[in-house]
Amino acid sequence: MEAKQYIGEGWKHAILIIGAIVVMLPFYMMVSMSLKSQQEIQSISGGLIGAQETQTFPVCVKTGYSEETCTMKPYQYNYWFAFEKAPIPRYLMNGVIVTLSIFIIQVLVALPCAYALAKLRFYGREFVFSMVLFCLLIPVHGIALPLYVMLAQAGLVDTYSALILPWTISVFGIFLMRQFFMTVPDELIDAARMDGMGEYAIVWKVMLPTAIPALLAFAIFSVVAHWNDYFWPRMVITGNRDLFTPPLGIREFRGGIDSDEFGPMMASIVTVTVPLIVAFIIAQKRFIEGITLTGMK
Amino acid sequence: MGTISLKNISKSFGSTQVLNNLNVDINDGEFLTLVGPSGCGKSTLLRIIAGLEQQTSGDVLIDNKNVNRVRASERDLAMVFQSYALYPHLTVRRNLETPLRLRDYNAFERLPLIGNFSPSKKEKTESINQLVNKTSETLKISELLDRKPGQLSGGQRQRVALGRAMVREPVAFLMDEPLSNLDAALRVHMRSELSELHNSLKTTFVYVTHDQAEALTMSSRMAVMIDGNLLQLDTPQEVYDNPSSLSVAQFVGSPKINIFKGTADSGGTVGFLNVNLKRKSSESNTDLHIGIRPEHLEITNESNENTFSGTVAYRENLGSDIFFHVNIEDGSNKIIVRGLPQFTHQISNGSSVNIKRVSDKALLFNEAGMRVQFTNA
Repeated sequence: MEAKQYIGEGWKHAILIIGAIVVMLPFYMMVSMSLKSQQEIQSISGGLIGAQETQTFPVCVKTGYSEETCTMKPYQYNYWFAFEKAPIPRYLMNGVIVTLSIFIIQVLVALPCAYALAKLRFYGREFVFSMVLFCLLIPVHGIALPLYVMLAQAGLVDTYSALILPWTISVFGIFLMRQFFMTVPDELIDAARMDGMGEYAIVWKVMLPTAIPALLAFAIFSVVAHWNDYFWPRMVITGNRDLFTPPLGIREFRGGIDSDEFGPMMASIVTVTVPLIVAFIIAQKRFIEGITLTGMK
Repeated sequence: MGTISLKNISKSFGSTQVLNNLNVDINDGEFLTLVGPSGCGKSTLLRIIAGLEQQTSGDVLIDNKNVNRVRASERDLAMVFQSYALYPHLTVRRNLETPLRLRDYNAFERLPLIGNFSPSKKEKTESINQLVNKTSETLKISELLDRKPGQLSGGQRQRVALGRAMVREPVAFLMDEPLSNLDAALRVHMRSELSELHNSLKTTFVYVTHDQAEALTMSSRMAVMIDGNLLQLDTPQEVYDNPSSLSVAQFVGSPKINIFKGTADSGGTVGFLNVNLKRKSSESNTDLHIGIRPEHLEITNESNENTFSGTVAYRENLGSDIFFHVNIEDGSNKIIVRGLPQFTHQISNGSSVNIKRVSDKALLFNEAGMRVQFTNA
């Protein structure tokens, strides 16, 4: 490569690095604040991890712990107090239960539906598909109130069902999988029929394995959206703390008698975010593997 | 047994008529080729036999049983597709096993994990393994069993697709242009392999192709279809020698048959260019198309009332034969003449040649394209 090309590449990288910094900065702040003491956070000093001086934390004492228990290093305090104050493992488990249930049911609904829309010929197919597209245009917030009223009438407010049921039919999932299934050759389905498979067997044994890359893409969308969702759980979980999802849990650290204590708050946010990031990194690797797997010609 | 009868089959997609009242009887153990140009409905007909497509009217009978309302999976037919349609996520072994698993295991045994507790499953698995091993040995794909389709070459995928059709020992094989994705040399090789396979299996083959050479070389009978109509159903030799219509004559044979415009006079004497045929046409006082195949014309030094002349426009050397594309003197026709290399190698583009007809080989067709016979006199 010549020097000129290096400069060209350098520009590209410089711009990308700036973009990366802009995206990463909030995460840096989050991690940094979860390690520092309240004074360091408020005076914006101490760099990434702060001085880590052992000290006694007044909010902790005010909550009713002995001074001895409340004396430790800031990073220990932040994470310990976050878990002390709110049942974070419980919230995380709720998050897992809710997002996984939503995703599994979404797949159970979307795959047969997308298969029918992409590969079966029946009267009214175009109409049904246009309704799917139409539903894509409806914002969730527009129908939130009627949905809430319906759940309330059914006595489902403050249950897992309220968190899961409204999301089980994902028109986006149907649309995405339908578009992917359109690219699967008809001959493959005909071959499966000749081999003796029924239509449901074709969906689960032929279409599902070929659709893994698309399904992973959908999984990322679905899981991230519902793991991070604050709006809907806030509506339907009114009092029962046992049903709080992680974003609702973080709210526990806002305001109150002890004012805003950023250290433990950021510590809880880190714990809530880490599973998603780990899941994404794993999925990303499988994602690329999945693309190379489909050696269909 | 493996007889298939098609009775008055018609198929239309919306207002487009694709198949027009077809009647075909396929005998047990026969290699029947459905041949025709693209879009003639031959693949649709095959899909109707398979049960993947429903005919608009008419009946399909397999072993004299009406299967109009029987689903594809229950007709006990196997199909080989143009794109092979192997399951991309399964190994070759699993690809071959799939039709057997679906046939032999019951619903419970097919369940993952708990299906293994079924007492009869082990026995069935063993018989499946044996069948798969036997088939893969026949097709010489034993060493490929653990690969995925993506890691195979075109020819290997072709064999696996054949194997997946064979393991089940169906009443008939349906093949939809299985060789058209292969390169030329492999295609010729696979032709002979398929013929051998047919001889050893003695099962009915229904084979769809647009390549008339495949139809001529492999089939016991061929059905020529054009525009949704069955024009002729006969042995390859008979179709070649004795086409029922002008379209069949033009479709079958490579290079294409030469067509001359001519007339029959009141006595039935057929004349074209400056040549008169010896035999008389059964239709008189009419315009005719006279068809003569390239191998029934030869380049000659003679010049008499049986020859005509032209200029060589293009010379196509195939090694064993040379085909001369000749513009006839009156400018009406461009014809193709076969020459043997040892006699004609010195003829080059642009030279003028005399062409002689081999007697008794002309075919007559009337204006409507139907065959006109010679009188026996």
